[in-house]
Amino acid sequence: MTDTAASSASPLLSIRDLTVDYQTASPVRAVNAVSLDIHPGEIVGLAGESGCGKSTLAYTITRLLQAPAEITGGSIEWQREDGGSTDILTLDGPALRAFRWQEISMVFQGAMNALNPVHRIGSQIEDVFIDHKTGLSKKQRRERAAELLQTVGIPADRLRSYPHELSGGMRQRVMIAMALALRPRLIIMDEPTTALDVVVQRNILEEINRLRHEFGFAVLFITHDLGLLLEISDRVGVMLSGRLVEQDTPDVLLENPSHEYTRHLLRSFPSLRGDVPLTGTRYIDREEEITA
Amino acid sequence: MTTLEALHLRKNYDIRGTGLRNKVLKAVDDVSIVVRPGESVALVGESGSGKSTIAKMLIRLVEPTAGDITLDGEAIGKGRRATKQYRSRVQMVFQDPFSSLNPSLPIRHQLARPLRIHGIVKNRAEEERELRRLLDSVNLGPADAMLAKYPHELSGGQRQRIAIARALAPRPEVLIADEPVSMLDVSIRLEILQLLDDLKKERNLAVLYITHDLATARHFSSQIVVMRNGRVVERGGSSEVILNPVHPYTQLLVRAAPDPKSEPFVVDPERYLDAPHVLVTESDPGPSADGAHWARSWEGDAAVTALLGTLTPA
Repeated sequence: MTDTAASSASPLLSIRDLTVDYQTASPVRAVNAVSLDIHPGEIVGLAGESGCGKSTLAYTITRLLQAPAEITGGSIEWQREDGGSTDILTLDGPALRAFRWQEISMVFQGAMNALNPVHRIGSQIEDVFIDHKTGLSKKQRRERAAELLQTVGIPADRLRSYPHELSGGMRQRVMIAMALALRPRLIIMDEPTTALDVVVQRNILEEINRLRHEFGFAVLFITHDLGLLLEISDRVGVMLSGRLVEQDTPDVLLENPSHEYTRHLLRSFPSLRGDVPLTGTRYIDREEEITA
Repeated sequence: MTTLEALHLRKNYDIRGTGLRNKVLKAVDDVSIVVRPGESVALVGESGSGKSTIAKMLIRLVEPTAGDITLDGEAIGKGRRATKQYRSRVQMVFQDPFSSLNPSLPIRHQLARPLRIHGIVKNRAEEERELRRLLDSVNLGPADAMLAKYPHELSGGQRQRIAIARALAPRPEVLIADEPVSMLDVSIRLEILQLLDDLKKERNLAVLYITHDLATARHFSSQIVVMRNGRVVERGGSSEVILNPVHPYTQLLVRAAPDPKSEPFVVDPERYLDAPHVLVTESDPGPSADGAHWARSWEGDAAVTALLGTLTPA
């Protein structure tokens, strides 16, 4: 799923030396001097284990971080549609509010639980328009919501459903529909398919890929499943305790990973049809070596 | 050691609710599974295919509507005493180590309880020795510190090790592992599966490994049973099932699973035509009472057709 158009233009989002600390009793550096570019229309994967800082990075990009987290260094440049650039970290108030969802939207981790259980799907999607695009009439909002649901392959009559009436895969699609609502140019997906089974996961991934060709948005796809990332991404970054230790195309990572931790991650999932010998017991030591 | 046989298991649930009166959901519809000592059998399938219902029936949390469960050919009696005795021989590891351990009690309590309930230890000293042995068998240490900890002080992998140790406490002969690694990080999954595999060999356990991850199913078990809508659609030696899947649904699973190290799998719905006599392993009890074979006819199965229709050409 490589997209050659992606590499030519200047980056949509360019993160430089971003550092985020959690100012707790014993401060933790969750993101440590991370630099990452995302080009228009590109799927960038971010892999790493729990606690490596992937989600913190996502929250920093959308400026959703809350105390005790603090951005202690670096910049995030966003290329506006008019060609100029904005430092996301300097946005605040109405400017930030207009920026979020309009430019960058997010599909949250555990999207199955991210929907409000006591409101209908339709009204939750319409909320986006009430908040961000005040010009629309009630009827227009409803039409747009119906259109969005159909875009992700759910019949429009589901607008009247409550979240519990939908399957996990459908709820995930609703979340993606909401993320698409304002045609953002970047969608951050934080573990969007982790709780789903393989067939549903594959359907969702194909849906995402189809939609990004249709709408031309870029995706930052965060998951701990490196195998999945290698298959769907144009570029994959590997994070380890706050640092981005390696980033490259899936082919290079598979054939010739340069960092020991990447090799370790690659060994940690068996190939389905290949005959890769398993090294399950030995790599506890290796992990200690790496983190030590 | 012990062979667990479950023959022609069925579980029906009555659905009550507006407009659904008198409907019956066949959660498990005539499934037979045989797990032998030192062998692990993987049960794979999507959410709602009946995998967990089977696990619950096998651990006797749910009463089967029909079918027999036997250990070494002995039928299991009814009642509390028989159930307790059964559970000292068959144990289960649950999916979510974050909720399967009581958060308000230390590890010592979680592990000592099964030892006492099943009469494994007679006095304090024995209990202490056994606790250490258990922690040691799941590679957790140092024992004193570990026993004093509460579940929230442990990582996911450590908790799942405790859950495994707890299941091993009554010295079971059969272990049912219901998605034991799906809640864990990819980087520690293999470690836990390897541990289960080592324990299986060491203790000659019969392991039923329930999962939706085909890759680990293939590498950690000798047999794979694929379920869909409460029925078995395909079963056989694990490499056989993964490399040469016959049923379109199994092919779909293989196609859907991420596998960046191999060429994309090509689904061929006609493949079953070339394989009229698919390998049926000896543990398969053969055609069921109504004469339907294990790989049921899927022609005209709207769901399979729809699923195959959703695939974009690879």
